[in-house]
Amino acid sequence: MALTGKNKERAQRVGMGVGVALVLGWCLLPVVWIVSLSFKSQQAVTNGSPGFLPADGGGAGFDNYRQVLQDGDFLLAIRNSAVVSLSATILSVAIATLAAYAIARLEFKGKKFVLTTALVIAMFPVVSLVGPLFDMWRTIGLYDTWYGLIIPYISFTLPLAIWTLSAFFREIPWEMEQAAQVDGATSWQAFRKVIVPLAAPGVFTAAILTFFFAWNDFVFGISLTSTENARPIPAALSFFVGADPFNRPASLLAAGAVVATVPIVVLVLFFQRKIVAGLTAGAVKG
Amino acid sequence: MTKPTKDKGRAKAAKPVESERSRAETNLARKLVAPALVLMLLVTAFPMLRALYLSLFSYSLSAPDDREFVGLSNYGTALSDPLFWQDTGNTVLIMVVTVFFELVIGFAFALVMHRLIFARGVVRTSILIPYGVITVVSGFAWQFAFSNNNGFVNGWLPFIGDDFNWFAQYDSSMIAIMASEIWKTTPFMSLLLLAGLAQVSEDMIEAAKVDGATWFQRLFKVILPNMRGAIMVAVLFRALDAYRIFDNIFVMTAGANGTESISFLTYRQVVEQFQLGIGSALSVLLFLSVLVVAFVIVKLFRVNLADARQES
Repeated sequence: MALTGKNKERAQRVGMGVGVALVLGWCLLPVVWIVSLSFKSQQAVTNGSPGFLPADGGGAGFDNYRQVLQDGDFLLAIRNSAVVSLSATILSVAIATLAAYAIARLEFKGKKFVLTTALVIAMFPVVSLVGPLFDMWRTIGLYDTWYGLIIPYISFTLPLAIWTLSAFFREIPWEMEQAAQVDGATSWQAFRKVIVPLAAPGVFTAAILTFFFAWNDFVFGISLTSTENARPIPAALSFFVGADPFNRPASLLAAGAVVATVPIVVLVLFFQRKIVAGLTAGAVKG
Repeated sequence: MTKPTKDKGRAKAAKPVESERSRAETNLARKLVAPALVLMLLVTAFPMLRALYLSLFSYSLSAPDDREFVGLSNYGTALSDPLFWQDTGNTVLIMVVTVFFELVIGFAFALVMHRLIFARGVVRTSILIPYGVITVVSGFAWQFAFSNNNGFVNGWLPFIGDDFNWFAQYDSSMIAIMASEIWKTTPFMSLLLLAGLAQVSEDMIEAAKVDGATWFQRLFKVILPNMRGAIMVAVLFRALDAYRIFDNIFVMTAGANGTESISFLTYRQVVEQFQLGIGSALSVLLFLSVLVVAFVIVKLFRVNLADARQES
């Protein structure tokens, strides 16, 4: 090695800096791009405005955002996404908590079956369910309703929620519950004061990941809805054509996309550590 | 708290009290997992069986009364159609190429994050942003980025003319689709790899260093073999996820220039053309091909599924 200690250290620091810059560039460039696009005026986009930033005179300020937020269909899509994703998250996490408790704490025959089922469903090609669900939902009247989306979202987020939660529950020192009871707490107090605070981070992480899945879903969103009664944001964005079908209003779409992404980015900013823990808990022992 | 019945058989024979307790435990556990199990199977196994049934009929929703039993002929139609094989080829190509790049880039990112001393929080927060961005939005962002009318890619790439239309032919359309897919999912891969990297013992790496191993030797002889489990699980998860690629194709090309995936073909038959018979056959074939892919990966790389399930 030709490098002396000090130079080597400096080289490592520079290398690290370059690495960090590459990671940040990778993650943020397309996001900055869509934000930049959302500030281009529709006139400029129609005439063609290549380039990363809005050209001189090609900016639109917040006009695109104003227009998107006054668009009735878009607002309904946000409402649908919010209602459907939140309901699916709450129900899925509640059901998964019961199952994960059993998996983490109890010995029973069939545990393997539950875990294998969850694994298979996590990898299930969702599109192959579109046909039969489309047919069934139309028959029983769930087509184009909130429930018609909430039910499949619950089913498909359960595996992720069960894994995440059982990984967290396994780490909880359950004997503390008994210790509290020995010290004179009632079993309800022991549960509420000892177990709930310990379990809450896991439940919360599972909820965030579940919400991501539901908010992101596109396959069910386009195939099990047909009107703005239930159509969620991703589907609404993809059907958003504007006045001229051959020339999509890119900057308007970009503004809609930014609005749809904001809730997720806010969640990421606040709960970064929990999300990382949850994502890796399901897949790697640790 | 001791786990009472690790060894059920013996407990049963030796201590009848323990056995009763374990039976009660099993009962409680079954009650607790039942809702989850029922819901998971209700929306997957049941419709899948229904697809299996419908695939035996010539059945179109535009003429539901003409439903007619045709045996396996829907499968014959699908399997003898060159479009089916072309779309399967596209799907496999996308799976192999994206997983390869995600693995390489994701590992590089994981190495950076693992060694990082400063700006840890910023990097980890940013790496989650592509994961959180809706796939449809990622598709739009990249479609507009590659657009010759409003994008910046042509201007930035040195050997590409400013008016090159990425979406006019097969090769460049596929590159654009894969760019969006790789961008969006590499962070997930890198986080899984980071967790694996954290489990490689520093002592072992240090020992190899003392023995005079170069950086490459340490990487290929010590680090990678020791995180094999994590790599394989990440590959399995991502490969099966890539195999169902749909959103990006729908948004970016809508299958134009032969860029359709097998999921997109299935969707088109069912939702756009109302061909529920042949669509169901395609659903079953899609499901079977995912099983085949999973089987091949598990066998080929000897993935230990207990790693994925967190058992053992």
